[in-house]
Amino acid sequence: MKKLVNDPKNVVNEAVAGFGAAHADLVRVSTDPIFIVRKDAPVAGKVGIVSGGGSGHEPMHGGFVGPGMLDAAVPGAVFTSPTPDPILAATKAVDGGAGVLHIVKNYTGDVLNFETAADLAAADGVEVRSVLVNDDVAVKDSLYTAGRRGVAGTVLVEKIAGAAADRGDDLESVALVAERVIGQVRSMGVALTPCVVPHAGQPSFTLAEDEIEIGIGIHGEPGRERIKLEPADAIVDRLLGPILDDIPFVAGDKVLLFVNGMGGTPQVELYIVFRRAAEVLAERGIEVTRTLVGNFTTSLEMQGMSITVLKLDDELTTLWDAPVQTAALRWGR
Amino acid sequence: MNLGATWAKAWIRNSADVMSEHRIELIDLDREIGDGDHGENMDRGFQAVLAKLDAVPAEAGPGDVLKMVATTLISTVGGAAGPLYGTAFLKAAIAIADKTDLDGAALVTLLTAARDGIVLRGKAESGDKTMVDAWTPAVDAAGAAQAAGADDLAILRAAADAAEAGALATEPLVAHKGRASYLGERAIGHRDPGAQSSALLLRAAADTAAEA
Repeated sequence: MKKLVNDPKNVVNEAVAGFGAAHADLVRVSTDPIFIVRKDAPVAGKVGIVSGGGSGHEPMHGGFVGPGMLDAAVPGAVFTSPTPDPILAATKAVDGGAGVLHIVKNYTGDVLNFETAADLAAADGVEVRSVLVNDDVAVKDSLYTAGRRGVAGTVLVEKIAGAAADRGDDLESVALVAERVIGQVRSMGVALTPCVVPHAGQPSFTLAEDEIEIGIGIHGEPGRERIKLEPADAIVDRLLGPILDDIPFVAGDKVLLFVNGMGGTPQVELYIVFRRAAEVLAERGIEVTRTLVGNFTTSLEMQGMSITVLKLDDELTTLWDAPVQTAALRWGR
Repeated sequence: MNLGATWAKAWIRNSADVMSEHRIELIDLDREIGDGDHGENMDRGFQAVLAKLDAVPAEAGPGDVLKMVATTLISTVGGAAGPLYGTAFLKAAIAIADKTDLDGAALVTLLTAARDGIVLRGKAESGDKTMVDAWTPAVDAAGAAQAAGADDLAILRAAADAAEAGALATEPLVAHKGRASYLGERAIGHRDPGAQSSALLLRAAADTAAEA
């Protein structure tokens, strides 16, 4: 497996250093412990927003640090949750006196490490609220699993919560807005190929040349079922069905449609997917009023994509449209 | 026999060697039903512990050693294993904080507290295909051995044997916690990597006592 790396142990350090150098207008990076904060952090009187998780999902989360979105991102080792120390340090670095919101993807490691960090922050007098993103409909939400995973819908939670904090909402209100997005966003993904974690050196799972994995998570972990490759439209239909039936989304709804690439799928294919997804929504009388297409929540070089649908209302639409200035999302200023 | 801070340090040193030796094995187990980082994370964590071991003061008790292990693992391992093992060692350290030498009862107390810490943090039950499936049989076997009058070495061997059997017994299970829970029945036939690393740790504890 060919990769542009030096010592696999230095992948995250070197990537974060490069990110800091490339986006010095937006962010500062701390190297020990490793985290990324917006350049002007802490912003006095504003709720700070921190997210984080394993590396390998870029631009998530560092690419979303900046005015209108995250105040800090805490990258762990590749596909491994960060430990509590950097989460705590980032939390303190962005506390402008109005408290800090942790946006956590529902993966066991992330949950346990963010919980521990939140306990430590509280002990140090920083008010922390946490929200858990669990938008992945591929997982049965029951007593028998760790619960639905947080996947690409996290981008929308971070953008909208960031806008709420930016307009001056207090911690409780920002958390409520985030919870509202989490309640109305659903996603599901597919992998065409596995990905290779640099220090493992081998694919995290195997797929035959003609096989795809439906319901993939964002760490290369297997999903719901393995099937033979189908035309793009058929795959889109397989993903959209469970998404739309889940809340459910119904005729008359206004939605944000987000087609996310897993890292190794070209834009040209993402737009083929978007075309079919928009068609299906139109057939159901669901109006797509906002869109996002691109690689935002990736799994290294994995080929594949996920579809995310968020039910919008006027407030969420206004918050989505609000200015944002980050490495990966930028509009309105 | 006399299991104190010297044993605790040697146990941790041996554990670091064992995690390095079994790094690939744990990565492979985790790749099958998880995300393939467990061996890497445990190796990184225990190497960090190893680097701090010589700085533990000479007068420190075994509880102080385990507390250093706890805080170091929490801040270096990441994933779910960091908080879980960190909490295990922290609760064990607190449970034996006033001891300089560990008799059989204290060993059972240590193991029980470690297991309870894992359950507290991870909220898993027996049969969920997690590290609890190695720890609970180990705690039970250690308790039974101690009640039967076994010495420290025999107690730790009973715990290690039971943990290894428990790890093996995770193979036919469906996972209800952690990342493997997303696989449903496809997790069947694969050993839980956390149960396996737990068994390795407890075997290292017994082997270290045998060397003493």
